[in-house]
Amino acid sequence: MRYVIIGNSTAAVGAVEGIRKNDLEGEIIIISKEPYHVYSRPLISYLLYGKTDEERMKYRSKDFYDTMNCKAILGREAVKIDDAKKEVHLDDGEVLNYDKLLVATGSLPFVPPMEGLDGVHKRFSFMSLDDAKKVESAISSNSKVLIIGAGLIGLKCAEGISKRVESITVVDLADRILSSILDRDGAEIVKSHMEKRNIKFILNTKVETFANNEAVLSNGEKVEFDVLVLAVGVIPNTGLIKEINGKINRGIVVDEFCQTSIPDIFAAGDCCESFDITMEQNKVLALLPNAYMQGECAGINMAGGKKEYGKAIPMNAISFFGLHIITAGSYIGEVFSKSNGENYKKLFVKDGLLKGYIMIGDIEKAGIYTSLIREKTPLCDIDFELVLQSPGLMAFTRKDRKKILGGVVNEY
Amino acid sequence: MKRVYVNEQWCLGCHLCEYYCAFANSNETDMVKALKDIVIHPRIQIEQKDNISFAVSCRHCEEPLCVKGCITGALSINEGVISVDQNKCIGCFTCILCCPYGAISAGDESIIQKCELCTNNKHGSPHCVKGCPNNAIVFEER
Repeated sequence: MRYVIIGNSTAAVGAVEGIRKNDLEGEIIIISKEPYHVYSRPLISYLLYGKTDEERMKYRSKDFYDTMNCKAILGREAVKIDDAKKEVHLDDGEVLNYDKLLVATGSLPFVPPMEGLDGVHKRFSFMSLDDAKKVESAISSNSKVLIIGAGLIGLKCAEGISKRVESITVVDLADRILSSILDRDGAEIVKSHMEKRNIKFILNTKVETFANNEAVLSNGEKVEFDVLVLAVGVIPNTGLIKEINGKINRGIVVDEFCQTSIPDIFAAGDCCESFDITMEQNKVLALLPNAYMQGECAGINMAGGKKEYGKAIPMNAISFFGLHIITAGSYIGEVFSKSNGENYKKLFVKDGLLKGYIMIGDIEKAGIYTSLIREKTPLCDIDFELVLQSPGLMAFTRKDRKKILGGVVNEY
Repeated sequence: MKRVYVNEQWCLGCHLCEYYCAFANSNETDMVKALKDIVIHPRIQIEQKDNISFAVSCRHCEEPLCVKGCITGALSINEGVISVDQNKCIGCFTCILCCPYGAISAGDESIIQKCELCTNNKHGSPHCVKGCPNNAIVFEER
């Protein structure tokens, strides 16, 4: 049996570990256009901040490929899949046969058309280690950095370089920062926290044109800059599957066993969709925990096991300058707020189930809420008033707790 | 595998497990000296309300969401024990987001801490269990 994996990030690692749960013998080949040992992508901002280094960024230990008995072809790109012949073609002409193939190609930066963009020399995305290295070599203590996009990537970039540049301006079309994970009030808290670190935000605005290191915004304002970071958003990297007419919506469509519409081809991670149980619809959940779990599930199924990938929800843990944010699920239904001082909390309840939550500041035991969402625990079975006040196992009945804390620990 | 299990009906809410935990992870040899004048941050924590109390610490799940979700690879399973590589952890708290038990907490130096069944200190087996006067927590195979 030969498994080929296109991609060498979180979903790929999940798949390798999933395959090896069932098959210790089969040949595994990983192909990645990046020349690096598997590293944690979200850590690139921490690298620039000085909180980690390339060695510690390794997502798995140095001997990972050896201990997992797999071959990594790094620095080469898979350019084509021939599903009829079950082949993957590499950029140097090499052809690899596969029995089972995983597409774990991640996402690509989304860059909307902006006039004059081509004339900006120091412009970067912020998604890979190479991006981080390029940004690092472009900035200096005199740099005026303009970041387009006040999402997770743009703001982590801002934090990462904050101590190393003269000024940072973040422009976003949305009316608030982190609009994919925060409501208006929550976003305001984080925004004012970041403004204290000298990061300037211009919202409800987009760039009309770039001219001579000056960005002209839709509100007429002009922003001078010398380094530009484009962090508007990401789109699933679906090209390889699209070319062979595999089913694609916004991302690659996979079934509950992570299989694409094409026989023997699986997909996992940011390139494909997951079934979000809070909205009950397919969504691209470009999140690291999701990528691992989907990849692992794909791997188990590729190796002849049978595991359904379920319970996927949006979930994020992130911090900016020491202010922690944890969010999960969807912000639908009735809102329950519990905020005091600097701590902000909102729970969203619909049909007797917890559907989503936002916590800023005090994020202790957030996983209790995450679990209520994932397990679809009927709120009438627990002490909701108590759990709203402070997440804990106390909110469960004694009988349930006996199972939770005294029972045999199986799969969660 | 042996794990820490809770017998809720026997918990007195005395918090001794928390103090034994804090001592075990302090690397001090003398308990009084280790705990004198400090606010402890134990990896086992009592939940208490009215006349109910019980201790919560890492369950060492067989399919741990914290390990699967860890963005750095700092969390891993070694012979069933879920441990954290403090050198790799950057304190993003994705594991706190993931843990269904609320058993992982922020530790010192803005990284996480969790129960490693005292395999990471000189005691070698859960010191909290040793300190429990009423068998409300036990370390056994089930």
